[in-house]
Amino acid sequence: MTALLELEDVEARYGPVHVLHGISLAVEEGSVVAVLGPNGAGKTTTLRAVSGTVRRSGRIRFAGRALDRLGPDGVARLGVSHVPEGRGTFSELTVWENLRLGGYTRRGSIQPELERVFTYFPWLSERRRQQAGTLSGGEQQMLALARAFVHRPRLLLLDEPSLGLAPVLVAELFRIVRELNEDEGLTVLVVEQNAHLALQAADTGYVLEAGRVALAGTSAELRTDDSVRRSYLGY
Amino acid sequence: MVAAASRLENLRGRGGVPPVGLLLVAAAVGLLVGCLRSSIFAQLTVQGLALGAVYGSLALALVLVYRATHVVNFAQGELAMATTYVAYQLIQWGLSYWEAFAATLAVAFVLGTVLEVVLIRPVQHRSVIAAVIVTVGLFILIDGIVDWIWGGALKFMPPPFGTKTYDVGGVAIARLYPGMFLVVLASVLLVWALFRFTKLGLAMRAAALRPAESALVGVRVDWMLAIGWGLAAVLGAVAGLMAEPTQFVLQPTLMQPILVYAFAAAVLGGLDSPAGAVVGGLAIGVSLTLVVQYVHPITSDLQTPVAFAVLVGVLLLKPSGLFGHREVRRV
Amino acid sequence: MSRRLPALGSLAAVAVLLSVLPFTLSDYNISLVAQVGIFFIAVLGLNILTGYTGQISIGHGAFMAIGGYTTAVMSRDHHTNLVVTMLMAFAICFVVGLVVGLPALRLSGVYLALATFALAVSVPQLPLKWSKFLGGSGGVVSAQTVSHVWLYAAAWTASAILFVLAWLILRGRIGRAFRATRDSEIAAVASGIELPIYKTLAFGISAAYAGVAGALFVLGTNGFAQPSEFGVFLSLQLLVGAAVAGLGSLWGILAGAAFVGLLPTVSGSVPVIGSAHGRDVVFGAAVIVVMVLLPQGFAGLLGRLRELGRA
Repeated sequence: MTALLELEDVEARYGPVHVLHGISLAVEEGSVVAVLGPNGAGKTTTLRAVSGTVRRSGRIRFAGRALDRLGPDGVARLGVSHVPEGRGTFSELTVWENLRLGGYTRRGSIQPELERVFTYFPWLSERRRQQAGTLSGGEQQMLALARAFVHRPRLLLLDEPSLGLAPVLVAELFRIVRELNEDEGLTVLVVEQNAHLALQAADTGYVLEAGRVALAGTSAELRTDDSVRRSYLGY
Repeated sequence: MVAAASRLENLRGRGGVPPVGLLLVAAAVGLLVGCLRSSIFAQLTVQGLALGAVYGSLALALVLVYRATHVVNFAQGELAMATTYVAYQLIQWGLSYWEAFAATLAVAFVLGTVLEVVLIRPVQHRSVIAAVIVTVGLFILIDGIVDWIWGGALKFMPPPFGTKTYDVGGVAIARLYPGMFLVVLASVLLVWALFRFTKLGLAMRAAALRPAESALVGVRVDWMLAIGWGLAAVLGAVAGLMAEPTQFVLQPTLMQPILVYAFAAAVLGGLDSPAGAVVGGLAIGVSLTLVVQYVHPITSDLQTPVAFAVLVGVLLLKPSGLFGHREVRRV
Repeated sequence: MSRRLPALGSLAAVAVLLSVLPFTLSDYNISLVAQVGIFFIAVLGLNILTGYTGQISIGHGAFMAIGGYTTAVMSRDHHTNLVVTMLMAFAICFVVGLVVGLPALRLSGVYLALATFALAVSVPQLPLKWSKFLGGSGGVVSAQTVSHVWLYAAAWTASAILFVLAWLILRGRIGRAFRATRDSEIAAVASGIELPIYKTLAFGISAAYAGVAGALFVLGTNGFAQPSEFGVFLSLQLLVGAAVAGLGSLWGILAGAAFVGLLPTVSGSVPVIGSAHGRDVVFGAAVIVVMVLLPQGFAGLLGRLRELGRA
């Protein structure tokens, strides 16, 4: 296996505030990788550095291509889907239009992708004409995910998918992600507060602290690590 | 008239407010009754609708630009005037009117796109005043360039629809007005269809609404905004070309009063509502024409002040216009 | 106190320079500098509104028109002393400004820009409607005319008086209220500032300044008040002047006034482009270039230079 995504010594800042102080991590093709850590550790910023929505420096390579000079639209066109925290649906547009935008970079018909997405989220098909802003929070989260699937990315960046969702929905969401990973080899880099869930779904994980990688390992290793257990798993 | 009104109803699409719809239907019925009772009234109504379509087209251009870049383009009218001169030049070089018309739209598209990239993009995120003043500078610059190339003397263009008049039930109507109305309406509908039914249009809407999220799905937001300016320039060019025959001559001040009416129309419809701009344009066109005829103290000299009064009145009574969305202000 | 010294020094320098200038310049150039003085007044007034309370106006040419017509009509009908007509222009425009300022209370940003733009377009139409009183498109001719030097002296004396007046207004309670309004209306209300009063007042004051400028402007065109002189271009010039000036600096306002007062006239004689349109081409291009390069105006540039000097 080769690394699909590689970050080497990546730094990022918001204005004068330095958030990432040299992050290095690798995401193998076909794996699910979790990024854990306390608030403000730079988890979200790591994803944003990959998708180009924050000013960053350092080396970021995706499928052998340097990303560090590309803007978010360029990164998306290479096959990276970023589902940002707070969902980022187009609330003024209809469900169908949201999905259509998900397939924006794909040429030709997106009908097969839509069909596939509707098998996961059958209710989306019935409500395709509804304005996305009128969906509930959980539904919007599902829509954001569905939109990313229509894109058919090689790499999915998921930011806090469990935020504000009922536990049942969270479990469902992770089940779908896992299924896509196993059936279609979708590579996922997921940021999650709920470490328990994340490590269940992930093959490997990174723990960030204050903008640096504090710990890395397979999910099994991390689950048994004392500091991780105390800080993030709570037992 | 009713057909036109119902078409507009469709244009409005979903999400309209019922009382506004009622108001429009009432206005349409009133106009229809008036037309049946008086032939002068009918002539004026047709004329007003045609002029109103021109105002609406320029207003729509303003709204497209506003939605795309949150800039009110004070140079939109002058840009339309300049492209009308381009058409004049092409006709001088031997093209037929409609060939020149088509070529001019292409020129306008390129011009609008380039202006966005070169002039607006650098100031867009700085301040409202800076962006407004750049368009003001553009206003002056275009005036100067047109005067430089073509001079201030009056120019004449061939009448696009001939000089015939129709006789509808004893009412003589110059071919010009229905012609204008249809051409403007066709271009507005084409632009609407582009936005509503194509992938490009969807991406443009998304880029205007949520630039950050649009980039995440791979939309080149900068390009979309530039294309938005290009389309606005095309609509403006249609407005300019169709306004020219109503003034019988082409001169650099062609679009200045029309810009005020278009502002009033855009504000009346709601500055962020494309359908509102068109409806607003028709409403301003018809009511100005009728008011000048029937309300005696108000002569044609007072048309712009009346439009101004409408603009301020709407802003005071219903700042979001008939179809616009309320802006939420944050501390 | 020592912080004020440089400011006082530059004031004095400007005053001395301006009082010496008329003895060295030709009549034509005197009238040019007088024109800068007229624009100085109007830009200063607009700056109070735009710069200090954050309200955009593209309609101040309309107030200049009202001031100008006041002078011309009073002179034509009553041979009123011209200085008195200027005071009347000030007073009338102050009242009109308050009246316009009231609806402006409910508008902001782009919407206020649109409404005031419509004002600029509409007001010059009024003389066409009431042509008996306001002379139609031919305009009103004042009974008195003035020399270049008189105009120069009047323009710059008025500038000085109005500058000091603005300084007195802005340094105290009212100025603080204006600035608070600009920075955050909601916060200003929360700290007990009666927003409507101050916003309307700012409109009135700035309109009054424009009125005086308009009165002088008419005297500068041989006493002719004509609708075409007060077209949209004038309003645009004023806004451009205020933007080029930037905020809160005498030098900025001088630069802004010179920019809009001199450039259109001087660039009328650009060789290659030709006379009539040279004005618009050069001026329009200059406006764009300046705004792209100096979004904060000259005051912003000066501020940056000062910081560089300190560093």
